Amino acid sequence: MTSAREIARVVDEAHRGHWSTVLASTVRLTRDLDLAEDCTQDAFVQALKTWPDGIPDNQAGWLTTVARRLALDRLRRETTLWRKLPLLIEDPISPGEVEQPTDPLRLVFTCCHPALARDSQVALTLRLICGLTTREVAAGLLISEATAAARITRAKKKIAAAGIPYRIPADEELPERLDVVLTVVQLVYTAGHVAAGPELTRADLTGRALELAGLLVRLMPAEPEPQALLGLLQMTQARGDARVSEDGELVLLADQDRSRWDVRLLAEGVSRATTALQQGQGQGHGRFALQAAVSGLHVTASSWDETDWHQVVRMYDAMLISWPSPIVALNRAAAHSLVPGADLIAVLAELDALSNEVALKSYAYLSAARADVLARLGRKEAAVQAYDEAIGLTVNGAEQRFLRRRRAALTED
Amino acid sequence: MAQYMFLLYDTEEFYDNITAEDWQATMKLHNAFAEAVEAAGASLFGGAALEKSTTASTVRQASGEPLVTDGPFIETKEALGGFYLVEAKDLDQALALAKLCPAGNVEVRPVMDTGEGSTPPA
Repeated sequence: MTSAREIARVVDEAHRGHWSTVLASTVRLTRDLDLAEDCTQDAFVQALKTWPDGIPDNQAGWLTTVARRLALDRLRRETTLWRKLPLLIEDPISPGEVEQPTDPLRLVFTCCHPALARDSQVALTLRLICGLTTREVAAGLLISEATAAARITRAKKKIAAAGIPYRIPADEELPERLDVVLTVVQLVYTAGHVAAGPELTRADLTGRALELAGLLVRLMPAEPEPQALLGLLQMTQARGDARVSEDGELVLLADQDRSRWDVRLLAEGVSRATTALQQGQGQGHGRFALQAAVSGLHVTASSWDETDWHQVVRMYDAMLISWPSPIVALNRAAAHSLVPGADLIAVLAELDALSNEVALKSYAYLSAARADVLARLGRKEAAVQAYDEAIGLTVNGAEQRFLRRRRAALTED
Repeated sequence: MAQYMFLLYDTEEFYDNITAEDWQATMKLHNAFAEAVEAAGASLFGGAALEKSTTASTVRQASGEPLVTDGPFIETKEALGGFYLVEAKDLDQALALAKLCPAGNVEVRPVMDTGEGSTPPA
């Protein structure tokens, strides 16, 4: 007998590691997301009861078999479903072959189907692929629990009623479907990276996003964009430790102790970004390749001041063509302000123009960027006001404390 | 297989100055669409072109006595100009076929199962 606490730890670990595999394999059997989710949850409950007598060697296999058996039992009991069962089942359980390594990817492509609203795609991915509760989805996306629940329910209903298939798209469909999936994976990473509340990161979300990006690279080794996304996430991940100071405060890239970066992960990220840029040569770079290029310029510079800001601005200019978004324009303006000898009045005009963008109305980074430029222009009062705006707009505790420190530094002398 | 209704929305200006040749060409496109559906292993269960929205009348039943008014149910720049009823493998096949449909905008709606033993939409 293993202690209850130890079992709880093992099952919790299995939940993080195998949730999406078990669920995805059960969905392949049932074609019913709600049923598959219930049975997957029940399989983990059974694990808590049964594993004290012996933890199975193949935990994922054990959980999958239990979840699929529970699902079949439920389907047999429900006579109307039983009538339809021959239509629902693609491949009945055959011993020895319960899992397919591509199952989680099928589930990702289902969650990210272009016929679903973007908001729902992200919420559904967090719920089904990352195994988050509705409350956690809400916290990760900075929305209310009721909104998160509504988005997930709506998306599941549409998948069932409209007949959204559970499969990896055919090769010729992949490129058009890929962009949505990459965007959602990036959003999952971001949700983990800037988690709401006092914690700055949620390792399970960032880890899952890295895993998914890796799966996409394996599925499409010749496509530059999955390579670029994985490289981008690896470079961001490599800087993770340096992002928070010893007393738990947020440290901006500009002030990070570069010796604390994970050199091995950084090298892998840079190498992937380079591969993506080479693969995309001549066909116009995608937005993930360009983002990875910006990140690469940052991490290969010896210091913040040594960063090739001209080149960074050029990358954002290219991004604005393929991906015209106010956020990209904001990043461009911020990079522009750092080009040696930049005309700060012109940058301020760029930022002021962006404040009319609806998408940036409640975006703390715009106010923070304005505050920084105003401070450098010596317009203290306006800078303080902009910091106040930014502080009011962020819900992340570490970010708030960071902005307060910047604001305080302005009024000190 | 599931059934999907393709609702074809277009601006109606097209009809105002159409020549006999353009009309024939449009009809050919629709015939080609019907062939593409069959070629994809899906089937066409029905379909029709509709007279212009200016010929529409609406019976409003929302409150009390049915009220007959002129015009389509909602005024939009684009009008419902026709429909197809397609049986397809899944939404992906239905959407792929809708892309071949000669119309400006195609709304794809799954047909509800109202047969014996059916349950209300969740």
